[in-house]
Amino acid sequence: MASISEESARHSEHRTDPHGILEDQHSPVIALTGVSFSYPDGRRALDNVNLVVQAREKVALVGPNGAGKSTLLLHLNGILRGQGAVAIMGNELGDGNLGLVRSQVGMVFQHPDDQLFSPTVFEDVAFGPLHMNLDDDEVHRRVSWALAQVGMEGFENRMPHHLSLGEKKRIAIATVLAMQPAILALDEPSGELDPRARRGLIRLLGSLPQTMLVATHDMRLVDELLPRTVVLDGGRVVADGPTQAILSDTVLLDRHGLEPP
Amino acid sequence: MRSGAGSLEETLARSDAPSGAPTSPRGHQGPGSTSASRAGTTVTHIPVLDHYREGNSLIHRLDPRVKLIITLAFIVAVTALPPGAWSSYLLCLLPVLVVVGLAGLNPLLVLRRSLVAIPFALAALTLVVTKEGTAVATIELARWSVSATYEGIVAFVTILVKAWLSVLTATALVSTTPFSDLVAALRTLRIPKVIVSVVSFMYRYVFVIVEEALRLHRAREARSANPTGSAGGSLLWRSRVLGGMIGSLFLRSYERSERIYAAMLSRGFDGDIRNMRMGALGLSDSLIIAASLAYLLAMLLLSHLQRGG
Repeated sequence: MASISEESARHSEHRTDPHGILEDQHSPVIALTGVSFSYPDGRRALDNVNLVVQAREKVALVGPNGAGKSTLLLHLNGILRGQGAVAIMGNELGDGNLGLVRSQVGMVFQHPDDQLFSPTVFEDVAFGPLHMNLDDDEVHRRVSWALAQVGMEGFENRMPHHLSLGEKKRIAIATVLAMQPAILALDEPSGELDPRARRGLIRLLGSLPQTMLVATHDMRLVDELLPRTVVLDGGRVVADGPTQAILSDTVLLDRHGLEPP
Repeated sequence: MRSGAGSLEETLARSDAPSGAPTSPRGHQGPGSTSASRAGTTVTHIPVLDHYREGNSLIHRLDPRVKLIITLAFIVAVTALPPGAWSSYLLCLLPVLVVVGLAGLNPLLVLRRSLVAIPFALAALTLVVTKEGTAVATIELARWSVSATYEGIVAFVTILVKAWLSVLTATALVSTTPFSDLVAALRTLRIPKVIVSVVSFMYRYVFVIVEEALRLHRAREARSANPTGSAGGSLLWRSRVLGGMIGSLFLRSYERSERIYAAMLSRGFDGDIRNMRMGALGLSDSLIIAASLAYLLAMLLLSHLQRGG
């Protein structure tokens, strides 16, 4: 663990930190208050969810399929908006600050084929920075920096359909790192990866300094990487606490269709 | 939402989907090496869609905008040539052959690809008998006669040659220019952004959708066993399954488009498509365009004068 936090510190020195957000340890970076959401077909996906995450916390979001994990993540940057209040970096999400919030929350989707929609890796990683109105030189710098962060230097001109799934997952993370977000929201980052690619990805996630909210079924990843766990079932938060405590509560895990690592 | 059959198909298809191919050694992966790094799946490489051939020739290094402008001008010029101007057609073929040679492309491969246009040009076959002119052959059918005319044959062969020349040039273009460069070139030529984006998305996702279709197809094949006869199932059953497959493919693509849109919004997309600017064209680029346009113009003028005189 010590080596990971040293690594994080080293990364944060290299980062330009436009909002001064990583240093602010006091206000919660994510605050959901009474968030409820129903899909157009009437299915209730989130039911009065309250969640507060402090800066640099690494939080696992676990629960059975259909528990509302992905729906919850999509609330963090206003892709979905239900009842209740969502505040990111102290700003309550509203029509006026969607652009700002989306640059603060790096959303990594489950399937990299959905996230990588450009003809080349370069254009994909440049998409976020370009839409933040950065100038071309800065966009170039951000792309090189983000690809270096995920160990994918030299992949700029490659086409996404020529990449392996592990490579695609890394580049999907680079597409949001290029926006230098304070928060990373990841949906099933280790899903469908073979052991080697999964190991590399866990190492990569461990090296990133951002506040992290990870929706996953991979309990070993939770155990290794994420000190706090939130259990979601039926759209409700049914448990929230230190990962070790939750993973050793076999009754709780069993009741919500989960398994200890 | 989906029918029971659809979700069963999905489950079956999932089981043999490529799962996390190992990260292969970096740096030397050409477009062709994908199938190797994904051992375990039978069909993932779609050669028909991937025309670009890696290379470092003069033609490869030319600015994509230059290549695109010249190709478009060439196709317009070929179309504007008078019928039966055989020597002009040769003058068109010559520069294309030079380009193919300079780019080090396999002439047979280029030839084979350029033939895709022929079936479409065959639609003009009726010209042979419908065009008025000197009859060269007549078929008598009871109280009805059909005559092939000299003018008709010339018109038909002209269309055939023009179509072939145009596709040949386009083949040379896409074989020497990565698709992403072509998309960027289209953008700078003031083609509406929405149209360029549609082309770009189409190219990105046609591979994904074809792979999904192949998985569905394999899932059907796997269930078409017939203990008493050959595999394949009855025609009725297969066509019913095909209908389901098309529907399922459409639904999946539709759902995917929503996820892609969410991914775009998450990275700050606000309806305005933004791209990096390309640098201005250099003097040599402008000269190459000017020289090519002059050649095409001279050829057009000559062939029309010849015909008029």
